[in-house]
Amino acid sequence: MNHATRRWALAGLVLVLVLLPVVGSRYVVYLTVHILLLGLNAVGFNLLFGQTGLLSFGQAGFYAVGAYTCARILLAWPSLLPGVLGGTAAAAVAALVLGYLSVRHTRIYFAMLTLAFGMMIFSLAWKWRAVTGGDDGLVGVPRAPLELLGLVVPLPTVERYYYVVLVAAVLGVVVMHRVVHSPLGLALRAVRDSEVRAAHVGLDVRSLRLVAFTVAGAYAGLAGSLLPPLENTVTPPIAHWTASAEPVLATLLGGIRSFAGPLVGAFVLVVAKDVIVRFTVHWSLVLGVVVVVLVLGFRGGLVAALEGLALRAPRVQPAAAGEEGG
Amino acid sequence: MEVLAYQGLIGLSSAMYLWLISAGLTIIFGVLGVLNFAHGSLFMLGAYLGYTLYGVVGLPFGVAVLASMAAVALLGAAVERGLLRPLYGLDPSYQLLLTFGLVLFLDDLAKLVWGGVFRIPPIPPWLQGSVVLFGRPYPLYNAFLMATGALVGGGLWVLFDRTWWGRAVRATAADRDMAAALGIRTPGVFSSVFMLGSALAALGGALSTPVRPVAPGIGAAMIVQAFIITVIGGLGNLRGAFAGSLLVGVLSSYGTLWFPEFELFFVFAIMAAVLLVRPQGLFAR
Repeated sequence: MNHATRRWALAGLVLVLVLLPVVGSRYVVYLTVHILLLGLNAVGFNLLFGQTGLLSFGQAGFYAVGAYTCARILLAWPSLLPGVLGGTAAAAVAALVLGYLSVRHTRIYFAMLTLAFGMMIFSLAWKWRAVTGGDDGLVGVPRAPLELLGLVVPLPTVERYYYVVLVAAVLGVVVMHRVVHSPLGLALRAVRDSEVRAAHVGLDVRSLRLVAFTVAGAYAGLAGSLLPPLENTVTPPIAHWTASAEPVLATLLGGIRSFAGPLVGAFVLVVAKDVIVRFTVHWSLVLGVVVVVLVLGFRGGLVAALEGLALRAPRVQPAAAGEEGG
Repeated sequence: MEVLAYQGLIGLSSAMYLWLISAGLTIIFGVLGVLNFAHGSLFMLGAYLGYTLYGVVGLPFGVAVLASMAAVALLGAAVERGLLRPLYGLDPSYQLLLTFGLVLFLDDLAKLVWGGVFRIPPIPPWLQGSVVLFGRPYPLYNAFLMATGALVGGGLWVLFDRTWWGRAVRATAADRDMAAALGIRTPGVFSSVFMLGSALAALGGALSTPVRPVAPGIGAAMIVQAFIITVIGGLGNLRGAFAGSLLVGVLSSYGTLWFPEFELFFVFAIMAAVLLVRPQGLFAR
């Protein structure tokens, strides 16, 4: 895709997203909110996995920290912005602290450590009844009005809340695009491709990994804190390690080496799930096969596969370069 | 005091399932370098096959257990040859992701075949009843479990330390290329190790059926426990996995007695602490 078509496609996509509540049904809007939340989470996760080369199995923990913090704030002070910002900040702080410990390791030890931390957060959500409501979760979380600069915007409908999520998602994606294409993004990719070389050119490998981990945690927290106002409730399963797989699968499905990959993956994952569960309850069976096929045959994900198809010419897979050193 | 000792014995018998599943996970990681997310699902398949062959078809218990071990071992060989082999040169993250895909597939497949309800067949007649330990009746089946666990431990020690195959496996684990240069068929070693690990998981699963109900979720639950144990014992360390199983089995037995609320939290906190302070495991020499 050249520059001009890409720009037109992007403009068209934004137009569709803005007009969606007008043309689409409430259910389509609700589904799109979920796509945007998973997309935010996956875009953050890919800074850690695709760019920095660290596979975390604990993202659900930070998602839950964001969700529970936001829910507690909204229950005490029904105003959307403090809830969402507070949830995001809490997740970022948790990611900073746990990340400081986690980035001592890489690869399998890193994956195990993040799994353990994520499950510690899960067990708190499940058992610390006084704060988290235990296995009942927190119920009756209000979809509090958005209060900004003296303006009070009530959000009684899903359609209105959708615009809040859309703005948050667009901001999040634009910021991430800047990060990935900044010198910081370049440094992260250097760490991914060769830790030793990165260290020899003077990069602080551990700090760079910690930055990526914290940003990914903050994105998970932002997505998580946008959830309770939509559903009016938070329950422990969102923190379980199997939920950590969602951003991982979305990213893998879309493609870890392209910026749009996690977003495309989130879209396909949510829509495919919605379609498949109409025919069969055995959605995981299908998903499992898809994961195996992707890992074996299409490690570049859907974006790379489609680009390859569009070009109709043999080209170097973007995934191939990073795999050897990754 | 007797209560404590008795609770410890209860913990020891549940430690045996943990030992069987983490033994397989450990030898597969130690030799192939693959951390198999689907190992809990192999345990679950062993449990379901054992249940079907013994509880539904009506085969003798011992035959049912052996048959489900063989079936799961064959599945393991197919997974290793067909799915894992193309990934050996790549980033280990892809192996983790592939085996996670298998978890999704196998757990849902079990739901499709066996349904979502809990299933539990009766204990075979020759293992019913109890023995007297510390002045209290202790279920014979639990004693049988402990004996089996000890037997498997001894068997693995003989296999790895005293046979030609064991030497070939240790050589392959130490240096894949050197072992191949010395004429060891390393792909065959990989397959056989994966089969052995899968069979051990199935053994644990099949033995659990008469006392623990089987349901599709147990794969995901067991694998996390096995991860905790293999991390505490040291990834790839078989003796460590044995000690870790006993430790976790007995501790969670006391844990449910004394602080049921935060047992789960502490178990994962211990796992994280070991990874941070002593990543080679508590029992590394």
